[in-house]
Amino acid sequence: MAKYEIIFIVRPDVAEEDVAKLITQLEGAVATSGGKVEKVEKMGRRRLAYRVKRQREGYYVLFLLEGGGETVKEFERRLKVTDTVIKFLTVRIDEQLRREAKMKELRAKQEARRPKPKSAASPPVSGTQGAAQV
Amino acid sequence: MGTARVVGSEGERPPRREGAPAGPGGPRKQYFRRRKVCKFCTEKIDIIDYKDVKLVGQFISERGKIMPRRLTGTCSPHQRLLAEAIKRARNIAFLPFTTST
Repeated sequence: MAKYEIIFIVRPDVAEEDVAKLITQLEGAVATSGGKVEKVEKMGRRRLAYRVKRQREGYYVLFLLEGGGETVKEFERRLKVTDTVIKFLTVRIDEQLRREAKMKELRAKQEARRPKPKSAASPPVSGTQGAAQV
Repeated sequence: MGTARVVGSEGERPPRREGAPAGPGGPRKQYFRRRKVCKFCTEKIDIIDYKDVKLVGQFISERGKIMPRRLTGTCSPHQRLLAEAIKRARNIAFLPFTTST
């Protein structure tokens, strides 16, 4: 099962409760199509960089979900059908996440390797300290 | 003699170019320009998130174009990721395609 990140823009003139309703609907759709919602984030109103469906502002909502192509297909179909949603973007993120984890691991390894020369260099320091104490 | 003159003339030309073309400690160090390093490497950003408008937005020109590597100093792996991130950000109206309005 892949992980996806779907971000969509709701018209700014839609009431907050309606957005919440839409979100719960979408969550239900994900569940019925065998997916799992990991996170929902309302990013809030933002200015759009260009006009979309005559709107200059938009309300951004971000979904992180896990599921197959069916889930995404259904999700996107619903977004298309919903008139209040003016734009959406789906990005598959599991490979990105894997890459990030790998880089972190690599970095941790490097960090672990680096201190060794330092520890090798530290004895003289302690030696000088000892000398200072004497 | 002749070759030496050529080297001298070359030494005068560089100001247009950035970075240090000669090897380390080369004698042609007449001008100094800060060496540009990849922002993403120095800040250890593995994944360039298109949602981070503040970060990604630094790498577009006033007209909304993606800035070339030679101006920003981004390394090539990161430039590729950056280009992708900018295109995604444009798609979802975080960044402009153009700024003609």
